[in-house]
Amino acid sequence: MPLIETVDLCQKHSGHDILKKIALQVEPGEVLSLIGPTGAGKTTLLRLLDLLDTPTSGQIYFAGAEVTRAGKARSETRRKMAFVLQKPVVFNASVYDNVAYGLKWRGITRNELYQRVSGILETVSLSALRDRNARTLSGGEIQRIAIARAIALEPELLLLDEPTANLDPISISRIEKLIANIIHQHKTTIIMTTHDMRQGQRLPNKVAVLINGEILQTGSSWDIFTSPHNQEIAEFIGTENIINGVITASEENLVTINTSGEIIEAIADYPVGEEVCACIRPEDITLANSQAPSSARNSYAGKIMQVVPMGPLCRIEIDCDFPLFALVTGRSVEELDLVRGKTIYATFKATAIHIIRRER
Amino acid sequence: MNEIWQGLLEAIKLIVSLDPEILEISGRSLWIALSSCLLASVICLPIGGLIHFQRFAGKRTLISLIQTFYSIPTVVIGLFVFVLLSRTGPLGGFNLLFTPTAMIIGQMLLVIPIVLGLTISALSGIDKVIPDTARSLGAGSFQTAVVVLKEARFAVTAAMIMAFSRAISEVGLALIVGGNIKGFTRVITTTISLETAKGDLELALALGIILMFIALVINLVLNQLQTR
Repeated sequence: MPLIETVDLCQKHSGHDILKKIALQVEPGEVLSLIGPTGAGKTTLLRLLDLLDTPTSGQIYFAGAEVTRAGKARSETRRKMAFVLQKPVVFNASVYDNVAYGLKWRGITRNELYQRVSGILETVSLSALRDRNARTLSGGEIQRIAIARAIALEPELLLLDEPTANLDPISISRIEKLIANIIHQHKTTIIMTTHDMRQGQRLPNKVAVLINGEILQTGSSWDIFTSPHNQEIAEFIGTENIINGVITASEENLVTINTSGEIIEAIADYPVGEEVCACIRPEDITLANSQAPSSARNSYAGKIMQVVPMGPLCRIEIDCDFPLFALVTGRSVEELDLVRGKTIYATFKATAIHIIRRER
Repeated sequence: MNEIWQGLLEAIKLIVSLDPEILEISGRSLWIALSSCLLASVICLPIGGLIHFQRFAGKRTLISLIQTFYSIPTVVIGLFVFVLLSRTGPLGGFNLLFTPTAMIIGQMLLVIPIVLGLTISALSGIDKVIPDTARSLGAGSFQTAVVVLKEARFAVTAAMIMAFSRAISEVGLALIVGGNIKGFTRVITTTISLETAKGDLELALALGIILMFIALVINLVLNQLQTR
């Protein structure tokens, strides 16, 4: 039985559909990451799941019981969950009291309260700050308090709304480690939102893509990363090369795509005449100074338009009649002498292309 | 000019020597104002919370109405309470007119709008995420209200202090419903007005200094709270 399930959950706000027929099922112990751009409805969905708001229509089931609108059962169910809100606020009280609040409301004895809060503060490395007023702490520390006071409740379901938004890289990795720790040690069921595809990949074992209030694809992060269902998802997860074309030949499962003059060959099963787009991940493109014989079917000469360093990698923009972005290491840039205006050969394998049918 | 200096000197002597009459009058002033403010707070905190947390038609109008009563003239409240408590009035049977109790009731009515209005604005000054956070951590509606009130504690205390300063410094109401009876309902402000009329400036000045001192203390505390 799923721990939490939604059926046709809809939320409207002043005539606009914020959420459209959301159907989610999260099993006990599962970790689900809701990814989607800002404004997709992620926070709205989490607020509904935590029973803070009431949906326009649809049902929410918690451990099999419907809790969408019922009065008393709602607050009891809410006590089985903990929700770390986006941009969390702390109460104007000590760090210790902030973590203790939720436990006090559950009528936990003084002694046990002290034990549990102390233990949790240890876990999030905030013991040294226990008597400080929480308002005086940094963003990363406040986020840790917010997570601490949530996990102190030992919830059956933990909801995290963009737990690392607006944090510096060190705080982000601390928070991610903390979440990984919770997943590992407590086997807590978690639903978290993020607009960072990479975070969705680093942490959970299941991903749902929420765009414009609709869940467009659910699956493992690898599935979504390598084979997005449609162009919107492909764009969101950072597939930079999305090339439109029409299938001109289809043999076995090898298709030939005409993209305004150039021919791309890919592995897919679509009939001739189908309008598609070819998605190529920039790291799957190799660059060379000469057209080397290769098993790769697709090789194009192009002019380098731009070279942009990105940490250890470089993003190369090439014009091969269609624009192409490639990611190469800094060393390759030096070895191949990749500079603006130079002609280069870009090659990618037929298997590296993901074909999506274009919606008309 | 000389007379004023003379009076001032005498006044300081009265204060330093802890003149029993001055102590008695100041003490009464303080405790009447304090009681009326505490009573008003006990009434206004829950009602303010109710008005803030409930959604109902006419909420805005109600709040503006409360704010309008911030500056109601003290003599108007005095007149109202006088009519209410006078022998022929609806509450005349309690024989409360010209007693400290009548003054407490009057001052309480006077400051209720201030405590209520400022409590509501203190509560609305709290981040909307605070009640959500409390609820998400398992607080019921009452516990949520307590959390928000706790967050607003400094602003609410400031409201109470504002009320206290209005109560202790008013004179019209104390005169009308208290009657300025020596040793019974005579307070700082009514004494000042009487003694000044009599031309006995020393006592009036001494009490004036004490009132100023109270105002100073109130201001200091208020400043402390606002910088929190």
